[in-house]
Amino acid sequence: MADNRGSGVWVVAESRRGTLIPAAFELLTAAKSLAAQRGESVTAVVLGGAQGVEGLAAAGAAKVLVLEGVDGAVDDAAAAALAAAAKSGAPRTILLPATVSGRSVAPRLAVALGAGLAADAVALELDGEKRLVATRSGYAGNVTLKVLVKSVPEIATVRPMAYPRASVNGGAGTVEKAPGDASAAKARTKFVSFAADTSGEIDIGAAEKIVSGGRGLGDPKGFELVRELAHALGAAVGASRAAVDSGWIPYKHQVGITGRSVRPRLYVACGISGQIQHMGGMKSSDVIVAINTDADCPMMKAANYAVQGDFYKVVPALVAEIKKARGTA
Amino acid sequence: MALKIAVCIKRTPASTSVAIDASGKVQTKGLPHGINPFDEYALEEALRIKEKLDGTVTVVSAGEAEAEEVIRGALALGCDDGILLADPAFAGSDGTVTASILAAALRKAGAQLVLFGKETTDGGSGQMPSFTAAWLDCPSAIGVRKVAAVSDAEITVERGMEDGVDTLTMSLPAVVAVTKEINEPRLPSLKGKMAAKKAPVAKWTAADLGLDAAKLGGAASPTQVLSMEPVPARPAGVSIPGGTPEEKAAALVQKLKEAKFI
Repeated sequence: MADNRGSGVWVVAESRRGTLIPAAFELLTAAKSLAAQRGESVTAVVLGGAQGVEGLAAAGAAKVLVLEGVDGAVDDAAAAALAAAAKSGAPRTILLPATVSGRSVAPRLAVALGAGLAADAVALELDGEKRLVATRSGYAGNVTLKVLVKSVPEIATVRPMAYPRASVNGGAGTVEKAPGDASAAKARTKFVSFAADTSGEIDIGAAEKIVSGGRGLGDPKGFELVRELAHALGAAVGASRAAVDSGWIPYKHQVGITGRSVRPRLYVACGISGQIQHMGGMKSSDVIVAINTDADCPMMKAANYAVQGDFYKVVPALVAEIKKARGTA
Repeated sequence: MALKIAVCIKRTPASTSVAIDASGKVQTKGLPHGINPFDEYALEEALRIKEKLDGTVTVVSAGEAEAEEVIRGALALGCDDGILLADPAFAGSDGTVTASILAAALRKAGAQLVLFGKETTDGGSGQMPSFTAAWLDCPSAIGVRKVAAVSDAEITVERGMEDGVDTLTMSLPAVVAVTKEINEPRLPSLKGKMAAKKAPVAKWTAADLGLDAAKLGGAASPTQVLSMEPVPARPAGVSIPGGTPEEKAAALVQKLKEAKFI
C-alpha cells in the first residue's frame, strides 16, 4: 500500500543516440513485478527523448515521462534532472540499468535524494515490509549477496540480461513530456564527441549469445574462426584476458572480472581454460559450451556441453553443421 | 601551483576464493591481502600526470590499520604521501557512507584530481568513484581508457561506452575511474621502497574529518547486507560424444537445436 513516503516504481529508460537500449525493457519486467506486489504502477523516465518511447507504454509502463532538454550523456545533468523529477514525483523505487551511464548516474541520484543504492542487482524482491532486496554477486562471482535497501526512495542498478525484455503487449500507458530541470548541475562537464563503434559487432553486454576465444587458439588468426562461428550463431564475440593481453583482439571484447561481466543465454568458450577471473564474468550464463583439448580444465568441468577436441578442426565442422541445420549451407 | 592528485586505493584479499563463516560473513581474516589490482592502473596514471604537470600524488585508503601496507606499497611507486582513514565508527559503512568519508578526506587534503581503479575485487560494483564525486559535488567519469589532456584547470578523457567511446572535458576538481586499458603499471624501485618506509602516512579519524559519528557505520547506512552465500558449482554437464570433429559437431548442434539456440 502506498504511504506518504513515496509510491510507484520508476524505470530510468536509457537511450543511446536516440534509441532506447534493450535493458530498458528488461527493467520494465523487473519493475512490473515489484509494482504488482505493492499494488503500484510503473513509470518509465526517458532523458532527452528517444525514438519509440510509446513502446515503453505499450510494454507496461502506466506512464512514460520524457524529460526534455536533458543530455543523458552528461552524468551531472542526468542525475540533477532525475533528482528534481523524483522529488516532485516521489516514487518509492527507482531502477537504473547497470550500464556505464546507469552506474555513473545512480550514485549521484542516491546522494541527491538521501537514498540507499543496491548496485548491480541480478534479481529484485520485496521483504515482509515490502522493502527492496537486491541479489548481487561479489568476490568474482563466488559469493551471492542479498542487500536490503532501508531508505525511501530505494534505488537499484540492474545488470543487463538479468531479466527478460518486456514485450509490447498493447498496454495503454500515456506519454507525458516535461522540461527536464538540470539547473542544479553546473556546466562542469563538456561533452566533446562520441566515436561510434563501427565494427558492426554485437555488444557483449547485451548479447543473447557469445562466442569467446582464449589462449588455446594459439594465434590471433583463431579469432577469424571465432567470428565465423559467432556469425553462424548470431552471437557476439568475446575473449579471455590472455587473448586480449596478447593483442589478438581489443579490450572491449574482454569477458571476466578484469573485463566485463556478461550473462548470455549461450556462452561458447573456445580454447579458454577457465581461470577464476574469467569464470567470474560469465559463469551465470544459462548454457555454457566449452571447446578445448584439455577435458579436465575448469571451463570443461563447468560446461553444460563439453567438446574435447582441436578448435581448428571442431569449429569449421560446427559452422558447416549449423549452416546445414539452418538450411544456409 | 602544482596539481594535487589523489588516488583512492583499497586493500583486498589476494584471492577471490573465499569461505563464508558460521555467521554468514565472508571470512577474510588471515588470508593474504594486497592492493586491489585495478588500483594499480589508477596509481600509474596519477604518477604519469604528476610527472607531466609537476604535481603531487596522495594515496588515500579507508580501512583497518592493515591498509597502511598497501599505502606504503603505493608510496614505493613514487607517490608523495598517504592518508589512512581508520576509526571504529567507520565499520560497516555501505557504499554511500564510505564515499562520504573518502570525500571528506579528499576535501581536507585539497585534492583537485581524484583517481580510482574501475572496481574492487571483493565487494566490487564499481560505484565508489561516482558516489565520491557526488559527495564532492564535482564531475566524474568512469570506464576511462585514456587521459587525452590534463591541466591544472581541466581534464579531457576518453570513456569506453557499450557502443563506442565518449570524449568528455571536465573542470577540476574531478573524479576519474580508469580501466586496465589505460596503461601498463610500473614496478617499485629499490630506492622507492626505501623512501616509502620513511614517507609520511597520516591517520585520520571521524573527528579529524569533522564527521558526525551518528551518520557513519552500518546503523547509519541506507543499505544492509542481509546474507552472503557461496555460489554452488554448476552441475556437471555432458561430454559431447563422437570420434571425429564432424561427429562431435553434429552431436553438439543437435543439443543446441533442442535448446532452441539454432
